[in-house]
Amino acid sequence: MQYVCLIYFDPQQVFDQSAESNAVLAAVGQYNDDLKASGHYVTSQALTLPNEAMTVRVRAGKMSATDGPFMETREMLAGFILIEARDLNEAVQIAARDPFARLGAIEVRPVVDYSKPRPKL
Amino acid sequence: MTADAARAAIDAAYRTEARRVLATLIRLLGGFDAAEEALHDAFAAAAAQWPRDGVPANPYAWLVSTGRFRTIDRWRRQARLRGALPELTALADMQPETAAPEDIVDDELRLIFTCCHPSLTPDARIALTLREVGGLTTEEIARAYLAPAPTIAQRIVRAKAKIRDDAIPYAIPDRAALPARLESALQVIYLIFNEGYAATDGPSLMRAGLCDEAIRLGRLIVDLLDDSEALGLLALMLLHHARAATRVDARGDLVLLEDQDRSLWERALIAEAQALSARAWASRTVGPYALQAAIADLHAQAASTTETDWAQIVALYDVLGRVAPAPVTALNRAAAVSMRDGPEAGLAAVDAAMAQGELDDYHLAHAARADMQRRLGHSEAARAAYQRALALARQPAEQRFLRARLAQLPA
Repeated sequence: MQYVCLIYFDPQQVFDQSAESNAVLAAVGQYNDDLKASGHYVTSQALTLPNEAMTVRVRAGKMSATDGPFMETREMLAGFILIEARDLNEAVQIAARDPFARLGAIEVRPVVDYSKPRPKL
Repeated sequence: MTADAARAAIDAAYRTEARRVLATLIRLLGGFDAAEEALHDAFAAAAAQWPRDGVPANPYAWLVSTGRFRTIDRWRRQARLRGALPELTALADMQPETAAPEDIVDDELRLIFTCCHPSLTPDARIALTLREVGGLTTEEIARAYLAPAPTIAQRIVRAKAKIRDDAIPYAIPDRAALPARLESALQVIYLIFNEGYAATDGPSLMRAGLCDEAIRLGRLIVDLLDDSEALGLLALMLLHHARAATRVDARGDLVLLEDQDRSLWERALIAEAQALSARAWASRTVGPYALQAAIADLHAQAASTTETDWAQIVALYDVLGRVAPAPVTALNRAAAVSMRDGPEAGLAAVDAAMAQGELDDYHLAHAARADMQRRLGHSEAARAAYQRALALARQPAEQRFLRARLAQLPA
């Protein structure tokens, strides 16, 4: 199964130049290399800060675009890693090894299996 | 060696060796998470090397030593980044494992006893055993138990944390502790079996898989420990499993024991169970599982409910009620009494069982009571009891059965 690990962190903390934050940033490359070596890695991207982002909506046929996402919390979506794992517990274990888990939070989301019916809510 | 042949060899090794390799790696590496990672690494290495170098003579030993080596290698790299881990040198210097068969067997037992440790909640024991010993994925367990996958995942994460934090040893209990610990392991296996067996609805394939897995675990314990209760449990599960196909009809409706087509009961499973049961009874101590297996065996031997030895069944329930008193046992005994002595005696026995108070919310107690009243011609009392059973029943097949019985009562 494939899982997306969504990485959330507070940029004020991650880029504060502290020894702890710098150690996390220095370890990210090795984490990605380990995932590639173990065969869990599918793809990943890091995202720029929200001040470079736009949010788009279409309502009643009209497009509106606003600057950046407006976040209630200080933690923002900072990137994602798509992994292949045996099950949810293995995916959680892999996410727990991500250096950013030490500063922020990793949300593990199973990728939708289109052979299954859509959720009824 | 062709890529296809190597692929097939790796798939075969995964099916036959992965659980045993994991059990050994947990002991060697001292934890579940490290061992699972090592198992994954070992199979990734096999995928890269076996097509080139051929399949090793002993895949188990190759996978264990590769998984262990790769983990130590990774820990060395991490130690360089974070500062040395003192225990690492000792671990790396350990002699590579010799793969003596008795060691492998011991590792599987260690894993079962750790996953079924009494300090874990029953739910956690079941989830952990199914995933770590049974090799099911979190999602498969969630589907079988109709639970959200994150709930099961959380249960497994917490159970592993508890094993680590409480330093629950990865060991076969000593002689003094063995009976109690084995009882916990057998209980987990029986709960897994019952979850699969009781289901007549829902994702039935997955749930039948639970029965198969429980039987596999039961066989494993019997192979590893010659214990009369382990033998009794396996015999009991096989006897139930032998008539699984006749318990529901093509429409998914319940078929009562008296109406089941006994020619379809799987005789090979029954014969196997009878041999196991004989071994259990040959030992001097017989416990609740061996007694229940003996009862199930009497049903399996009979050509019909009228030719069933109900007197012997009631006698066995009497012993079972003394060895392991339980309201459900008293209820089952009452049903047997009604077959031996008629519905009036059965009704008195059901009422006596229900007077203990724990069966009030159990739909089958009210269904049994309704059945006795119906056979006595007490339509009004039968109707009330069927309605109470219907209000408590949760499976659609059972609800359909109870509605049909209600409709058949004379007005």
